[in-house]
Amino acid sequence: MFTALLIEQLLNGLQLGVMLFLMAAGLTLIFGVMGLINLAHGSLYMIGAFACATVAAATGSFWIGLIASLAAAAGVGAIIEVAVIRRLYDRDHLDQVLATFALILILSEGARWLFGSFPLYLDIPPLLQGAVPLPGGGQYQLYRLAIIGVGIAVAVGLYLLISRTRLGMRIRAGESDREMIGALGVDIGTLYTVVFALGAALAGLAGALVGALQSVQVGMGEPVLILAFVVIVIGGIGSIKGALVGAVIVGVVDTMGRFLLPSLLALTMPASQATTIGAALASMLIYVVMALILAFRPSGLFSAQS
Amino acid sequence: MTRETTINLLLALLLLGAPILAASLGEPFYVTLATRIAVLALAAVGLNLALGLGGLLSFGHAAFFGLGGYVAGIMATHAFNAEPLFANIEATTSMPLIWITAIAVAGLVAMPIGAISLRTSGVYFIMITLAFAQMIYYFAISWPAYGGEDGLSMSMRNAFPGVNTAKPLPYFLICYAALMAALLLFRVVEGSRFGSALQAARQNGTRVAAVGIAPFNIRLVAFALSAMITGFAGALYADLNRFVGPSMLSWHMSGELIVLIILGGKGRLFGPVAGAMIFVFFEYVLGGITERWQFLLGLILLGIVLFARGGLLGLLSGKPRHV
Repeated sequence: MFTALLIEQLLNGLQLGVMLFLMAAGLTLIFGVMGLINLAHGSLYMIGAFACATVAAATGSFWIGLIASLAAAAGVGAIIEVAVIRRLYDRDHLDQVLATFALILILSEGARWLFGSFPLYLDIPPLLQGAVPLPGGGQYQLYRLAIIGVGIAVAVGLYLLISRTRLGMRIRAGESDREMIGALGVDIGTLYTVVFALGAALAGLAGALVGALQSVQVGMGEPVLILAFVVIVIGGIGSIKGALVGAVIVGVVDTMGRFLLPSLLALTMPASQATTIGAALASMLIYVVMALILAFRPSGLFSAQS
Repeated sequence: MTRETTINLLLALLLLGAPILAASLGEPFYVTLATRIAVLALAAVGLNLALGLGGLLSFGHAAFFGLGGYVAGIMATHAFNAEPLFANIEATTSMPLIWITAIAVAGLVAMPIGAISLRTSGVYFIMITLAFAQMIYYFAISWPAYGGEDGLSMSMRNAFPGVNTAKPLPYFLICYAALMAALLLFRVVEGSRFGSALQAARQNGTRVAAVGIAPFNIRLVAFALSAMITGFAGALYADLNRFVGPSMLSWHMSGELIVLIILGGKGRLFGPVAGAMIFVFFEYVLGGITERWQFLLGLILLGIVLFARGGLLGLLSGKPRHV
């Protein structure tokens, strides 16, 4: 029974990791190519979830909702890139932080305006309802497995996009020398908008996928955004490979910590005390891991700059 | 006297005069509003030391603000229930003792956080300070002994010898005096050898290292000092609201402290004061017009960042000397 529970928690950790990867990949891409720190990435995640929940409720189809979430997040991403973000590329980090913080205030309050303060709910599509048996007894939600599958597919897709296509070549060139590719006749403005919209679409996809597991509400993007920051700091800012490794580390460490720490502590102290202390420690665990990694590698595991 | 000094003096007199006038007219609400300005400004003066002078963009100062607040809240709760803090250390409701504890706690926590965070720079530094603050935030939420998610209510304000802190005006004067003391400290630090080294490290760390000063140590001391001032403000803020909760530790708080500095003018002595005045004014006026005041605040902030760099003091008193 314990093995089954362990496998289940490992899969949960992987699912969280995959979801964080979708967020972190966009953040790290935007930082790597444009040198921009985007706090409003969590708002794009929220927009994806709201678009999916609203459209799915109106049409009755989760899949149309999923497409709507991609379109809405990419669309809003492109609009704010053209209207605001574009003016921030040659500013310092302070201005970028403040302007994107202002965007969070605007987008969160705007969402509350449109959708109200009550959470929306999104059902798991019928095709993915049900559970799969696990080795060692026990069952696992099919939908969560599907999220892991989507995450792996996106990782492979991004790898192919960046290493095999013309757009990917331009993105890599933009990372190493933005003036030079401009001089070679690539329209940097459009490239930046495309990269930003791509990152936004990934965040929107993550939001829509998670929307069926938890309630869809204003502010849902912020905890995820901060976890995604931890991920890219661990992985090395600008590195997609680092984002993948960092996301899996954070997802698994966080989930396993919450699962194992209370029972480990229960060996040495009364059970009720172990539960509270274990929960409190588990909530800090990933930050401790981050601090340890940074103490040895200050620019992350796979630094793009080095 | 430069134009900036005149404006600073006017701001200081305005912040002192308005609540005294309001109290004599029997409008205690405005006194509380002014106290809020003074306390938020004090917290931002702390951050301004790291951000304005040292160029250290800490996105985690809410951690120190909240820690200071929790020191005040925990002390008050223990004293109210007549429980000792630890084995035989008694809790106190004396504000000076609470302030010293809050300042010490903020400084002690800031040292390891700063030591790890300052190994990095740029975006990493922003994200790491944010992550450490979140760590403390989640700890406060999941630790049930002191209210967890609900926070701690204090039945009454802590005491200051010879002053009735329950009345709005005396409490305002305490906070105002604390703000002025911190501004004086900021001025002294800015003009000292240490302050020169700190500002030089902001402009060019390599050159500072080349003349034999380790930028890391300078920055670490500045970071800790800045955290201590913000922690002090946190203790005052908890006593002002007679409540401390995880919202004081949240990253919105960290963002707001940065916003205060930018609204007023980064690196300027009275920048945080002007910023806190504008912020609380917006909060009060816009909040009175619409529930969606944060939407408008976002738009205004965006406008200031994109088009009006230098904040209010930059607008009023021209370019700062150090640029």
